[in-house]
Amino acid sequence: MITVNGKPEDADGITVTALLARTGYTPQQVAVERNEEIVPRAQYDTVMLHDGDTVEIVRFVGGG
Amino acid sequence: MQTEDTLVLGGHTFHSRFILGSGKYSLSLIEAAVKYAGAELITLAVRRANTKEQESILDFIPEGVTLLPNTSGARNASEAVRIARLARELGCGDFVKIEIMRDSRYLLPDNAETVKATEILAKEGFVVMPYMYPDLNTARDLVNAGAASVMPLASPIGSNKGLATKEFIQILIDEIDLPIIVDAGIGRPSQACEAMEMGAAAVMCNTALATAGDLPLMAEAFRQAVEAGRKAYLSGLGRVLLRGAEASDTLTGFLHD
Repeated sequence: MITVNGKPEDADGITVTALLARTGYTPQQVAVERNEEIVPRAQYDTVMLHDGDTVEIVRFVGGG
Repeated sequence: MQTEDTLVLGGHTFHSRFILGSGKYSLSLIEAAVKYAGAELITLAVRRANTKEQESILDFIPEGVTLLPNTSGARNASEAVRIARLARELGCGDFVKIEIMRDSRYLLPDNAETVKATEILAKEGFVVMPYMYPDLNTARDLVNAGAASVMPLASPIGSNKGLATKEFIQILIDEIDLPIIVDAGIGRPSQACEAMEMGAAAVMCNTALATAGDLPLMAEAFRQAVEAGRKAYLSGLGRVLLRGAEASDTLTGFLHD
């Protein structure tokens, strides 16, 4: 299991691209952190997620 | 005649001195808010993505407007640094407004952590605009840490209470050799105008617009107030008499002796 935005997700052994596709995010609109390290967009196809990873997927929203 | 009056932040030149927040109102109003405010800088926040939200705020921001992501939600320097790096990864430039709060009741900024985050992010090439409680020592530390501006609060965030910290903001304006941008608490155009008359380099507002009856009209009112205050500052305000009065008319040639 990995943790995505605080929730458990059965995504061991898949790439960041696959995770984004599965969860419905547009890669151009998000930034991704794995275990508090940023995953550059160019590496979404190659970075694999492993059991125990913590992933944060963020986007811009309105703010002051 | 005066030469062109511009605001320079981290090597970027702006003609507008009104920074617009984008929180607490509909995405569909952003374009009108930018247009009527004449804004060239707009703040954004970074949050966990939600699969149900398909619209991106970026699609509502007119081209040519510089994005200023904030680090709201950060409780210390390391969280602010994390959020800033994520914001940069979102691909919208190097600007960041540091916002670090430990206290959820008054939302006051943590000046010490803000200095730490400023130092780290300035070294990484960010244009760092720290939101802070107006304190001269902290402001000097922010200058040394590589800040591009200093953003003191006027009164608590979202309160619309105006220039509660006026005397201390004036000290920063007088002593700090960076743009002083008054951020948080400005509720009325007259308060924005007053901050500009004092010599603030710019004013940032969000709640004042978001809670107004007619947002685009209030955006225009703020633009005009900021421009008026800037012109008043540049012209040099007239003096104030300590006592008595002074006629504006000549005191000779009356119809009586």
